[in-house]
Amino acid sequence: MRDGASCVLEDFRRDKAEISDAAFEALFRLHQRAVFGWMLRIVRDPEVAEDLTIETFWRIYRARARFDPDRGFEGWARTIASRVALDWLRSHRTMYELPADLPAPVPPDPEISAEIRRKVGIALGRLPPKLRIAALLAVVEEQPHKEVAAAIGISVAAVKVRVFRALRILRKDLQEQGIKP
Amino acid sequence: MNELGEDRIKKLLKQALPPMGEAELERDLWPDMLRRMDAAHEAPPWFDWALAAALAGFVAFVPMSIPVLLYYL
Repeated sequence: MRDGASCVLEDFRRDKAEISDAAFEALFRLHQRAVFGWMLRIVRDPEVAEDLTIETFWRIYRARARFDPDRGFEGWARTIASRVALDWLRSHRTMYELPADLPAPVPPDPEISAEIRRKVGIALGRLPPKLRIAALLAVVEEQPHKEVAAAIGISVAAVKVRVFRALRILRKDLQEQGIKP
Repeated sequence: MNELGEDRIKKLLKQALPPMGEAELERDLWPDMLRRMDAAHEAPPWFDWALAAALAGFVAFVPMSIPVLLYYL
């Protein structure tokens, strides 16, 4: 069944020349939280996630002619969001840590010292972006492999391989930093 | 890496970086989106830049064409 967003986009596709800003605004407001949430899982910085959410919708707006209503809007938006996030990861070597003012649903484990968290963040930031995105979504965020695969446009088997390679590299990196996982 | 090693590194990763879960968006991004769209509409298309670059190149190689161009402007 097609959702409301799919109907709006199908209208866009039919009438490429005249795009109603009101319709796009409705679509944006309906899905901005979901896209932001997905983006935040990858980049882990609310300000960056906001900017990349806007970039995602801009790409959606430009690519509306290629939208397939049968696939549903959310999956399509998530795929575009993942590509935007991947582009950002490629251009930013990031050390992952929680911003102090972010109300994270799960606080960091008090048994893990700040030093270990910092080293894990450094190691994660050194991973190649394709492996980093797979590890973040599948391991840290515990998203089903099927959803991760659909979002980053690879097979479930390829997700498993990337997660395995990411963990192996992380382990080696942490050992070199003096942590024995 | 064996399964035990894989589980340990997964556990360490999750302990060090807790999941963001369903973190809430704290503001409406639509005004920023509108600004983004307006800026893109205002920006000249790429072929305008290409034309300007070609013209500048032509003028650089044939400076005598400047009076002719100015006459037609």
